[in-house]
Amino acid sequence: MYAFDYHKPHSLAEAAALLEAHPEARLLAGGMTLIPTLKQRLASPTDLVDLGGLADLVGIVVDAGEITIGAMTTHAAVAHSKEIKARLPALAALAEGIGDPQVRHRGTIGGSISNADPAADYPAALVGLGATVITDRREIAADDFFTGMFETALAPGEIVRQVRFPIPLAAGYAKFPNPASRYAVVGAFVARTAAGVRVAVTGAGPSVFRLPEMEAALASSFAPQAIAGIDVPEDDLNRDPHATAAYRAHLVGVMTARAVTTALES
Amino acid sequence: MGLMSQPIRRTEDKRFITGRGRYVDDVKMEGAAIGYALRSPYAHARILSIDTEAAKTMPGVIGIIVGSELEAAGIGHLGAAFPASMLKNRDGTPRVDGDRALLTVDYVRYVGEPVAFVVAESQNAAKDAAEQILVDYEELPAVGLIDEAVAPGAPLVWPQAKGNIAVDWEQGDEAATETAFAKAAHITRIDLVNNRVVVNSMEARGAAGRFDKETGHYELFVTSQGAHPIADTIAKRILKIPQERLRVITPDVGGGFGLKMSTFAEYPLVLIASERFGMPVKWMSERTEAFQSDSHGRDLKSHAEMAFDAEGRILAYRVCTDFNLGAYGLGFGPGIQNIIPMFVVGGVYKVPVLHNYVRAVLTNTVPVEAYRGAGRPEAAYIIERIMDLAAREMGLGQDEIRLRNFIQSHEMPYRSYVGALIDSGDFQRNLHDCLKQADWAGFPARRAESEKRGKLRGRGMAYYIEKTAGGASAVDISFTEAGRVEVGVGTSAHGQGHETTFAAIVADKLGVPFESIDLIQGDSIRAPHGGGTGGSRSLWNSGNGILKAADAVIDKGREVAAALLDTSIDQVTFDDGAFRAQSSNRFLPLLEVAEAARSGTKLPAELNERLEKGLNSSGTHDEKGDTFPNGCHICEIEIDPETGKVAVISYDVVDDFGFVLNPLIVAGQVHGGVAQGIGQALMENCLYEPGTAQLLSGSFMDYTMPRADDLPSFGFTYNEILCTTNPLGIKGCGEAGTVGAAPAVMNAVLDALWDKGVREVDMPMTALRVWETLQRAMGG
Repeated sequence: MYAFDYHKPHSLAEAAALLEAHPEARLLAGGMTLIPTLKQRLASPTDLVDLGGLADLVGIVVDAGEITIGAMTTHAAVAHSKEIKARLPALAALAEGIGDPQVRHRGTIGGSISNADPAADYPAALVGLGATVITDRREIAADDFFTGMFETALAPGEIVRQVRFPIPLAAGYAKFPNPASRYAVVGAFVARTAAGVRVAVTGAGPSVFRLPEMEAALASSFAPQAIAGIDVPEDDLNRDPHATAAYRAHLVGVMTARAVTTALES
Repeated sequence: MGLMSQPIRRTEDKRFITGRGRYVDDVKMEGAAIGYALRSPYAHARILSIDTEAAKTMPGVIGIIVGSELEAAGIGHLGAAFPASMLKNRDGTPRVDGDRALLTVDYVRYVGEPVAFVVAESQNAAKDAAEQILVDYEELPAVGLIDEAVAPGAPLVWPQAKGNIAVDWEQGDEAATETAFAKAAHITRIDLVNNRVVVNSMEARGAAGRFDKETGHYELFVTSQGAHPIADTIAKRILKIPQERLRVITPDVGGGFGLKMSTFAEYPLVLIASERFGMPVKWMSERTEAFQSDSHGRDLKSHAEMAFDAEGRILAYRVCTDFNLGAYGLGFGPGIQNIIPMFVVGGVYKVPVLHNYVRAVLTNTVPVEAYRGAGRPEAAYIIERIMDLAAREMGLGQDEIRLRNFIQSHEMPYRSYVGALIDSGDFQRNLHDCLKQADWAGFPARRAESEKRGKLRGRGMAYYIEKTAGGASAVDISFTEAGRVEVGVGTSAHGQGHETTFAAIVADKLGVPFESIDLIQGDSIRAPHGGGTGGSRSLWNSGNGILKAADAVIDKGREVAAALLDTSIDQVTFDDGAFRAQSSNRFLPLLEVAEAARSGTKLPAELNERLEKGLNSSGTHDEKGDTFPNGCHICEIEIDPETGKVAVISYDVVDDFGFVLNPLIVAGQVHGGVAQGIGQALMENCLYEPGTAQLLSGSFMDYTMPRADDLPSFGFTYNEILCTTNPLGIKGCGEAGTVGAAPAVMNAVLDALWDKGVREVDMPMTALRVWETLQRAMGG
C-alpha cells in the first residue's frame, strides 16, 4: 500500500476536524473493504482517520418501536444480539450471512452503508425497513441515502453515527450469494409494517432499489404467490460472469418470494 | 501390533495446527532484501524499451534486473521436462515449446509474465519502484481460448508453430478403429470441455536465496515438491554451475498439487539478485500474483466416439482433443494430455481398438502444467462421461454397461490395447460394494421425496483407473550418536504426512521406537537424490525403498550381533527389534547393535573396517511394474430448479489402493481429492476474456473454491487387492479422489436434468449454467 498518515481520534468532533484538515483523508471503520483496496494500491488516501477509538459509536439500543445501532457496531454483534434476534430476527439473520466470521467480527454497519457496495447486504435492510441514517450533521431517510454504485447522500466529511430501524410486524431477508465472494448476487428484504409493505433489493442493480409493484401486490395479500406473475425488467440490472441480467431478474422474484415465506414463518 | 495398517495420527499435525510449521516465508535471513516481479499487463506485446533509471533512484531500492542483463550474463532459460525426442509431431518434426527466459527481453506473451525483478529494502519500496519502471509496449493481437487460437488466420503465439499447434500426437490405429466403427450397432458421441482451473495451493509460491561470495555457494529455500529437481534445473540449466555449489532446501509446504514440481523464474532470480547485490533476497507471491503467475491446470476440449455391439460391448473408441498449453511449453506441460495418460485412455474396459489424437495449442495465457492427476482425470472424465451417455442411449443401467465391459479380475495381469499391464484389481467387486454403500437401489424413493420438495435429484457413477509408479530414488537409513534413526528420502511431502507413514514402516521393520525416527527430506544436499513427490508414487518409491534399506541394516546388524554375542552369523535371528542368539537366551536390541557398530569399540578391527558406516544403509526400489489404483465413485446431487443451485447430497467411494498403510491419511487424501473434483465440476472456472486474453477470474472475489459447507460427509471404504509388482503391495492414493470425482458429479447432474430434456452438460455446472440449461431445455 501507499504511505499515509494514521489518526485515531477520541471524539466525533476530533474526527470531523481531521477530515476537514485533510481533504484527501478516508475514514477507517472495520476496514473490510478499505484495507484490501489499499493493499492492492487501488486507493491512495493521504490520511486514515480510524473510528475505532469512538466508543460512543458502538452499541445496540432496543426500545418499544425502534432499534438503534451505532455505526461502529460489528455485524457479529448485530447477528448475536438477543434483543435483535427476538424483535427483528430478519436483521440478525442478514448480519449473520455477511462474509465470513472474520469479516463479521471486524466489519461494521456504518462502514458497510457508507461504502455502499451494490452487492452489500445492509442496504437492503435499511431501505426494506425504511430506516433512518443519523450522521454528525442530520438525519437521512434510507430511501434518500443510497444514491448510486458506491455513492451515498453523505457530504464530504460527514460521519455516520447511528442507524435507526423501525420494528416491523414481520420481515424476511433472502439472498442468493455469489459462490466465490458470498456477496449478494440478489438479496431481497421484505417488511410488513402498519403503513404497508416494503420490498428492497440489493446486488441486482447499481444500487439498492424498491419494487413498488410487488409492494402493492403484497400489501393486498402477504403471501409468496401474490408476486408470482410480476416480471422484473432486466434492462438496468448488473451482469458479470456469475450472473446475467436475465438470471438476476429471475432471482429477484425467487428471493422476494422466499423472503416473504421467511417473514411469514417469523 | 505393528503400526503399518493402523490409522495413526499424523506426527506433523500438532506442528501445523498450532502454527509451528516452518514455511519459506518463516525463513529468516539476516539483512535480507525483498524481491518483487514487475509483470506484463498485456497478453501479447512487443517490448520497445524498458527504462529503469527513475525507478533505481527511488528510496529503499537496491537494484533492478531486466532480461537483457541476464542474457548478457549467459543465464539459461526455463524449459520442458520432456526431451524433444520423447514427444514430437506425428510427422517427426520437433514440437514447439517456445523459449522462456527468466525475464522476457523482446515480447510478453501472457498477462503476468515477469518483465523486471526489483530488489528493495521492503516490499512496499519495491512496488513503489516497479510503478516507476517505464516499459514501452506495442500491443499485439492475442489469443487466450483454444477456439481462438486454432481459428484460421489467428495471431500466432510463436511464428514457428503453425496454427498455434505446439505438437500433435496420436496413439492407437486410426484405420482399424474406423473399420471397427463400421460394424457398430450403436455409436455414442460426445463433446466435452474440461474447464481451466487455478491451482490455489493454500501457501503461495516463494523463495529465499543467498550467495556466499567466500565459497561461491548458493543456498535456496523454496516452496517445492522436491528439492532435487529444482536444484538440477537451476544448476545445470539456469546458472550453469556444478551441482555441489547449490543447496536447495524445502521446509514445510502448504500444498502443491503439481504446481510446485516446476522451477519458476523467481527461484533462480533470488539467487542471481543475491549474488549481484550482496545480500540475501526473498520473494513471496501474493495471492493476486499467484492467479496470473502460477501454472494453471486442465483446459481442454474433446470430441469422443464409442462404438458398441448390440449387447452394449465396446468395439472401438476414438478421441480428438485440443488442449491449452499456454504461451510456453514448460515442465510437464507439453505431455500432460498425451504421454502421461496414454495407458489409461481406455479406462477399466476391454477396448479392442482405439485411436486418440491430441493437439497442444499455444495461447497467450499463463503456461498450463501438472494439476492433481495430470491428464488422468481428464482421460477418466471423457470415458466415464461417454459410458454414462451410452448407457442412457442404449437403455442400459449405469452399472450394467460397466459390468459388461470391465476387464475381469481373472484376466489379470491384463495387457490392454494401449499397452498397460494391469497387474491386479477387482472392478466388479468394488462397483458392487459401492452400489450397496450408496444404497443405489433406494434411489427412486429418494428422488420421489426430493420431487415432493420441488427439487431435482440425480445420481452419477464413475469408475476410474490411474497408472502410477516410477522415478526410483534411494532411501538412506542412518543411526546417530544420540540414538536417533535418520531416514533420508528423495521424495518430499507437502501435505501427505510422510513423517508419519515412512516412520511407521521403519518402526515396524526395524522394531525401533516410532518416536526415535527423523525424516530427512526436501534437501538437495542432505537427502538422497530423488524426483520429489508427485503422481501418487511416494510410498511406492520411498516406502519400498525403506524395506530394502532396512533389509540391508538387518543384514549388517546380524554380523555385528554375532560378534557381540560371540556366536556365528547363521545363529543370529532378528525379530521384534532385537538380534537373538539361537544357542542362548541372549539378545541385543537393534539400537544397541547400531551404536556398537557406530562406535566400533567392541568390534574386531576387520569388521569395523568393512562396516565403514556402521549399520547405515541405503536401498532403492527400482523394480519395473506399474500400479493401477482404481475405484468406484457414486454421487447424489439435488438441484433447486428455481435458482439452478446444485447441492451435493451424498458421495460414496470404494477404492482399491492395494495395501493401505495408514487408513486415516488415505481417507484424508480421498476426501481432499474428491473436494477438488467437486470444485472443478461445480464451481471453479478460470476465465480469460475473448479477444484480449485478459484474466477475468483473477481473485477469490470471482474464482470459486469449494468450501466445507459445499461438501457432504464422504462415504469411503476400500478393498485391499494387493499390487503384485512391488513388495508393499501398494498402488498409490494421492490423486485418485480427483480422478473419479468430476465425472461422477457431472453424470449425477445430467441424471437430474435428463427428464427435463437436457442432453449436454459441461463443467462447471454453476447455478447460472444449470438455470440457463433448464431454460433452454424447457424452451424458455
